Amino acid sequence: MSFTSNPNLNKSKRFWQAFAFNSFRLLSFLVVAILVVILGFIIINGISVISWEFLTEMPREGMTKGGIFPAIVGTLWLVVGSLLFACPIGILSGIYINEYAKDGWLKRFIKLMTNNLAGVPSIVFGLFGMALFVNKFGFGDSILAGSLTLGLLALPVVIRTTEEALKAIDDSFRIGSLALGASKWQTIWKVILPIALPNIITGIILSVGRVSGETAPILFTVAAYFLPKLPTSIFDQVMALPYHLYVISTSGTNIEASRAMAYGTAFILILIVLLVNLLANWLRRYFGRKVKMN
Amino acid sequence: MYSLESKDLHLYYGDFHALKGITMGMKKNEVTAFIGPSGCGKSTYLRCFNRMNDLIDNVRIDGEVLVDGVDIYQKSILVDDLRTHVGMVFQKPNPFPKSIFENVAYGLRVNGTKDKNLIAERVETSLKQAALWDEVKDKLKKSAFELSGGQQQRLCIARALAIEPSVLLMDEPASALDPISTAKIEELIYQLKENYTIIIVTHNMQQAGRVSDNTAFFYMGELVEYGKTKNIFTSPKDTRTQNYVTGRFG
Amino acid sequence: MKRYFHNFGERLIEGILALSGAVTSLTVLLIVVFLFKEGLGLFSQHPVSEGGVIVVNNQNPVKELSAKQIKEIYDQNITNWKEVGGKNQPIKIFRLEDITDYYPEEQLGANFEYLPQRLSELVSKQPEIIAYFPEQYLSKNFQGHPIELENITLGSFLGGKEWYPTIQPAVQMGVLPLILGTLWVSFGAILIALPLGLAAAIYTAEIADNKVRNTLKPVIELLAGIPSVVYGFFGLVVLVPLIQKVFGLPVGETALAGSIILGIMALPTIISVTDDAMRTTPRAMKEASLALGATKWQTIYKVVIPYSISGISTAAILGIGRAIGETMAVLMVTGNASVIPHTFLEPVRTIPATIAAELGEAPQGGIHFQALFALGCILFLMTLIINVSVDMVSAKKKANR
Ligand SMILES: Nc1ncnc2c1ncn2[C@@H]1O[C@H](COP(=O)(O)OP(=O)(O)O)[C@@H](O)[C@H]1O
Ligand SMILES: [Mg+2]
Repeated sequence: MSFTSNPNLNKSKRFWQAFAFNSFRLLSFLVVAILVVILGFIIINGISVISWEFLTEMPREGMTKGGIFPAIVGTLWLVVGSLLFACPIGILSGIYINEYAKDGWLKRFIKLMTNNLAGVPSIVFGLFGMALFVNKFGFGDSILAGSLTLGLLALPVVIRTTEEALKAIDDSFRIGSLALGASKWQTIWKVILPIALPNIITGIILSVGRVSGETAPILFTVAAYFLPKLPTSIFDQVMALPYHLYVISTSGTNIEASRAMAYGTAFILILIVLLVNLLANWLRRYFGRKVKMN
Repeated sequence: MYSLESKDLHLYYGDFHALKGITMGMKKNEVTAFIGPSGCGKSTYLRCFNRMNDLIDNVRIDGEVLVDGVDIYQKSILVDDLRTHVGMVFQKPNPFPKSIFENVAYGLRVNGTKDKNLIAERVETSLKQAALWDEVKDKLKKSAFELSGGQQQRLCIARALAIEPSVLLMDEPASALDPISTAKIEELIYQLKENYTIIIVTHNMQQAGRVSDNTAFFYMGELVEYGKTKNIFTSPKDTRTQNYVTGRFG
Repeated sequence: MKRYFHNFGERLIEGILALSGAVTSLTVLLIVVFLFKEGLGLFSQHPVSEGGVIVVNNQNPVKELSAKQIKEIYDQNITNWKEVGGKNQPIKIFRLEDITDYYPEEQLGANFEYLPQRLSELVSKQPEIIAYFPEQYLSKNFQGHPIELENITLGSFLGGKEWYPTIQPAVQMGVLPLILGTLWVSFGAILIALPLGLAAAIYTAEIADNKVRNTLKPVIELLAGIPSVVYGFFGLVVLVPLIQKVFGLPVGETALAGSIILGIMALPTIISVTDDAMRTTPRAMKEASLALGATKWQTIYKVVIPYSISGISTAAILGIGRAIGETMAVLMVTGNASVIPHTFLEPVRTIPATIAAELGEAPQGGIHFQALFALGCILFLMTLIINVSVDMVSAKKKANR
C-alpha cells in the first residue's frame, strides 16, 4: 500500500516538517526560558532583601540601606490617581465607541486616534505631561501631574478593554431590553454594563501593572530622586518604585552598595506584575465559569 | 475485498458518543450515499476514512477503519500519504487564495512533483475530468475566487483528482450550489465511478437516488440501514428509515 | 413633560459619552500642539550657548558664523580667518580663563569689576581674535562686534552629525547620530524578535496542543507585563557584563545589549499579533490543504502564512514601533554615546534615551530644552507613521476580504 509506512516516500517533506517543528519548539522554549531566567534571576536575588524593614522604612545612607517605603507609597498614589482619571473617561469612551458611534469616518477616526495614543512612546507622554500639566497648568512636579500623565497613557488600554468587553455581548441582550421599552442608556446601564463589568475590571487590573511599572512618563512630572517623607497632598512630589530602581542602579551615590536595594525593588515590581496577572487570570476563570453556569 | 471498511467503529468527542459501533464496507467502482438527519454523524464517519478527525482535540476512536484492507489507525500509517490515496471534497467550496492553476497543482507540488510539464498535463486532465477545462482554460492564472460557486466546487474536485486518489469522499458537495451546477456535479460523479470508490453525503433524497448504487441511513450515531439504494428508498426495513426517506422527519 | 426630560437626559448622557470619546483625539491634538510649539521654537534660536557672546575685532569682516564653524575654530580645525570668509590671518582663540595671560589679576579688580573694560581693550587690540565670554561682561561701549550665529536650520538639525547640546561656545544640535542610533538598535531588536516571535506564534497557534498553548499564553502575558526598567536592570547586571566578557570589549554597554533587551520586549507584541492573525485562517482552507496530503508544516507555510501575511507584517511594524519608543531599558544598557553607529558592539544613543537623560538638566525654554522637544516631535512622527501604516494594512486587508 502506498500509504503504509514507506520511509522513502516523500522523505523530504517529512524531513522539513520535523526540522521546522523541532526548531519552532526549541525557539518557543527559548522564549519561555528567557522569562524564567529573568524572573528567576530577580526573584532569587531579590527575595532575600525583602524584610519588614525594607518595606516600611525610609531609605538611608545614600539609598544603600533602609527601605523603599516612600517609593511604594508614591507608586500607590500614582496608580490610584491615574486610574481615577483613566477609568471613568475610558469606560465612557468605550461605551460611546461601541454603543453610540455609527460606523463611518468619525468612528474610524476616533479609533485611529485611540490607536495612535496607544502607540505614542511613553517618553513622549513624559514630555507632554511636563509641558501641559507641570508648566502650563502650573501643577509643578506633583502627584497630580504624574497621575494625569500616567492616566493618559492608560486611557487607550481602558478604552479598548471596554470596547472589547461590550463587543463580546450578544445583540440579543440589547434588543431584548429595548423591546421592553427601556431607553438606550437604561439598556446599557442596567443590562449591558453588568455583563461587561468582569471583563472591564480584568482589563483595568492589567493596566495597574502597566501604570505601576512606567518610568519615562514620571521622570519629569512627579518622580523624586530622594525624598524620605510621605506626600501630604496631590501637589507633592513622590518617589516611585520604577524610578527608584533606575536611580539606584545607574546613578546612586554608590551603585555597588545599593545593589541589594535594587534587587529588592526589582523584586517588588515583578511581584506586582505577577500578582496583577494572577488576579486577572483568576477573575477571568471565575467569571468565565459563572457566566457559563447561568 | 472492500475498498473502505469499518468494524465496530466508535468515536467520541470528549464525552459525547458520536459514532456508535459502525460496521460496513464499500466496494470499488460503487457510489455510496450517506443520508440521515443533521447531526447524526455522517460527516464524522466520512472523516474517519482520511483521518481528518485527527485535527480535532479530544477525539477518541475505538474499532477499526480499513482502507484497501489496511488498518489506517495503526501507528505506522503516514497520514499525509493516506490522504493522497483518499481524496476529499468539502461541503463549501474552499479554494486557496491562489490562481486556478496553482489550486489544482497544489496537491502535486506538496507531494514532491517538480516536473513542470507533468504538472501542467495533470492540471489539464483533472480540470477536464471535473468538466471545468473549457470554462477556465483561458484564465488559468486568474484567482480562483473569480469563479462562481459552482465552478469553485468543480475546481475543488479537480484539485482532489489531480493527485490521483483511489477514493473520493464528498461531504454534501452540492448543498451550496444552484441546480445547474448540481446537475454538473452529479454527472461528474457518475463518470468518476469508473475509477473511484465514492462516498457522497447528501441531504437530498433525489440526489441520493440519482447518483448512488448503495445508501446508508444514519440516525443518532448509528448505522440504521444499509443496502442497495433502490431497496432503501422503495422498501426500507426500519421504520426510522422509512420515516426519513418519506420526509416525515429530518 | 416627563418624556421631554427623559429625552433630555438621554441626550445629555450621549453628549457626555461623546465628549469622553473625544478625549483621546483631543490628547493627540494637544500632544502635537505642545510638542511642536516647543520643538519648532528651536529653529528661531541662536545656537550660541546660554548666556554667552562671541565677539571679534572691529576690523574683522566676518559677521556671521555657523555653529559648526565656531566649533571647528575652537577645536582648531579651522585656523585661518580666510577659511570662513575673512582676511588671510591666523585665528587667535580666546576663552575667558585666558584673560590672565594678558592682564595680571590686580588689573581686573578684586571683584573683576574691570573685566568688561579689559575684554573690550583686548578685542580692540587683537585683530585676529575670536573671544567667547559670558554676556554679563560685555561692556556698553564695547570695542568690537559680536558674531551673529546662524539660526539652527531643519537641515542642520536633521543632517548634523554631532550632538553636543551643552558644549561651549556654540552648541551642536545634529540629531543624525540619535536617529541612526534609534533605528540601529530597533533594527537589531527586530532581527532578534522576529524569528523568535514568529516561531513562537506559529508554534502556539498551529503546532502546540492545548496544554502547551495554555502555558505559553501566560508566559507571553508576563513578558509583556514586566516593566521596562526591570528589563533595563536585568540587562545592566546580567547582559552587559556578559557581552563585555564574551566579546572582550572595554565596555559592555552596546547597541547589541540594547537590541537584545528590546528584542525580548518586542516579543509579546509580535507573538500575540501574529497568533491572532494566524487564527483567522479559515479552518476549511487548512483542511483543504491537509486533505490533499500536505503535511502540517506545508499547510502552515503554503496556506496559513500567506493568508495571515498582513497580520504578520502588522506584528513586525508594531514590534519596531515598540522598540523605537522604548526608553528606560535602552537608556540603561546602550552606553549612550552620541556617535553614528557602525557595529553592534559600540555604545549608541537613541532618541528616547537622550530625552530621558537630558531633559532634567536642560533649562526650561532654552535651546537645549527645545531641541529635546524637537526630538520628541521626531519620535512622535516616527510612531505616527507606524500606526497609520498599521491602520492602512488592516484596512486594506478588510477590503480584500
Ligand atoms: N468538533 C466537534 N466537537 C464536538 N462535537 C462535534 C464536533 N463535530 C461534530 N460534533 C457533534 O457530533 C455529531 C455529529 O456531527 P456531524 O458528523 O457533523 O453530523 P452530520 O454531518 O451528520 O450533520 C453532532 O451532534 C455534532 O454536534
Ligand atoms: Mg455534515
